Amino acid sequence: MIDSILHLLWTVIKIVAILLPLIISVAYLTLAERKVIGAMQVRVGPNRVGWKGLGQPFADMFKLMTKEVIIPTNSSRFLFLTAPILSLAPALAAWAVVPFDDGLVLADLNAGLLYILAMTSIGVYGVIIAGWASNSKYAFLGAMRSAAQIVAYEIAMGFALIGVLMVAGSLNLGDIVRAQSGGFFSWFLIPLLPLAVVYFISGVAETNRAPFDVAEGESEIVAGFHVDYSGMAFAVFFLAEYANMIMIAALTAIMFLGGWLSPIDGFGDGIHWFLIKTAFCLFLFLWFRATFPRYRYDQIMRLGWKIFIPVTIVWIAVVGFAVYFELGPWFQIRANGI
Amino acid sequence: MVNFELFVFYVFAAILVFSASRVITVRNPVFAAMFLVLTFFTCAGIWLLLEAEFLAITLVLVYVGAVMVLFLFVVMMLDVNVEPGREGFVSYLPVGLLVGAIMLIEMIFLITQRYFKSENFPPPARAAEDVSNTKELGRLLYSEYLFQFEIAAIILLVAIVAAIALTMRRRPDTKYQKPSEQIGVTKAERLRVVQMPSEKR
Repeated sequence: MIDSILHLLWTVIKIVAILLPLIISVAYLTLAERKVIGAMQVRVGPNRVGWKGLGQPFADMFKLMTKEVIIPTNSSRFLFLTAPILSLAPALAAWAVVPFDDGLVLADLNAGLLYILAMTSIGVYGVIIAGWASNSKYAFLGAMRSAAQIVAYEIAMGFALIGVLMVAGSLNLGDIVRAQSGGFFSWFLIPLLPLAVVYFISGVAETNRAPFDVAEGESEIVAGFHVDYSGMAFAVFFLAEYANMIMIAALTAIMFLGGWLSPIDGFGDGIHWFLIKTAFCLFLFLWFRATFPRYRYDQIMRLGWKIFIPVTIVWIAVVGFAVYFELGPWFQIRANGI
Repeated sequence: MVNFELFVFYVFAAILVFSASRVITVRNPVFAAMFLVLTFFTCAGIWLLLEAEFLAITLVLVYVGAVMVLFLFVVMMLDVNVEPGREGFVSYLPVGLLVGAIMLIEMIFLITQRYFKSENFPPPARAAEDVSNTKELGRLLYSEYLFQFEIAAIILLVAIVAAIALTMRRRPDTKYQKPSEQIGVTKAERLRVVQMPSEKR
């Protein structure tokens, strides 16, 4: 009995040790976004609060916390308030299986990749429910757009991951990283380049980030699904969006960039490589936002269904042949027991 | 630890039965769809207790993540008014009761037979920690049950083809873009340079 209580306590401590840094990184990601985009547009970005603006995220947070949460009339109060939680919870739950270093993982699931896919696919409920519960046309339009978009890109994303698990021979994220050991040229980025590109772009679409942010589309539908949200309820949506971004960046680092492995074989592997790679992918997110204009809705659908899905299907066939005939240095299955 | 597992099972089962009954009793179709989501999710939890982690996660991925999203999409778009749907309740009641009774009798027959008594199904032995549920399932599907698996795949493919064939029709009134033509445009097609004298003041 005492053992199981201790086990529970230890697990809770581990969860806190993952989530606390995550939430702090979300706060500083918002600052980084404004600074990076500022630099790209030859501005300074926020620099008033604290040293060089480092206090800005906390100023924003306190502002949002003290604001009133307005509930629209004739809206479903219960769903209206659950929606932000529904979008945040899966974004945080998915972190349970992310390996930060060799063995440094909360839950070493055998079906970790599948779990991640399931969790990211649940996140769409927050958006849909928010749009419907707000009892507003703009919010509803945003929710509809988002639902169609996420369903479309999830398929491409899933297919891209099938390629990864075919080469790695495992659904366990730790094993996927271990299958990439042997320096930069063993990373899955090279044999699976089309899938890596499709995965990352689908990830950008899945998190509703620019240039795929039609769900918010402030120039057409004001702010999309969260137009009626204010104060902390809005902040939770914001938190979920950025937590999802970090999630996609971390997954790209794990599945295509070799996770905690160093680019030079056996030279200083560790969590710092994982963090550097994740930060690089996050920088790409910000870079995209500063560079590309927003896609039109029909162009998004065309890209998802008519380009990404055929590309992934073709590459899965290629990988299938390569794995079957054990071609080249990449496609000998290194995972154990198959 | 077994007792704790039993406790978890009962909690999940209670939520499952409650949300499943709410699916058909709640008035608002959006709430009904959300209860169905909760039902699937709890069911996945119970499957996890049975060490069927692959099936549980797939249930969440397919039904919660994709099917129910489309369901909600449709339900929200239709804006169904429930009231007219309840008008014929009394007249349909006998048929409903009949169907329910037949199903109940069938289930009683099944469960009380000696082949399906619960004593005949001892709880499965715990699998060793290194046994991968996913790997075992894959091994079975692609060796012993390959034929059935392929048949299921073909049926799904036919369903996809049929659904697309039913909805895809030429609509001459809609204007859509052809990106290949847009890219192939040359300057000569779009731009006409006109020589004209400058206007007098």
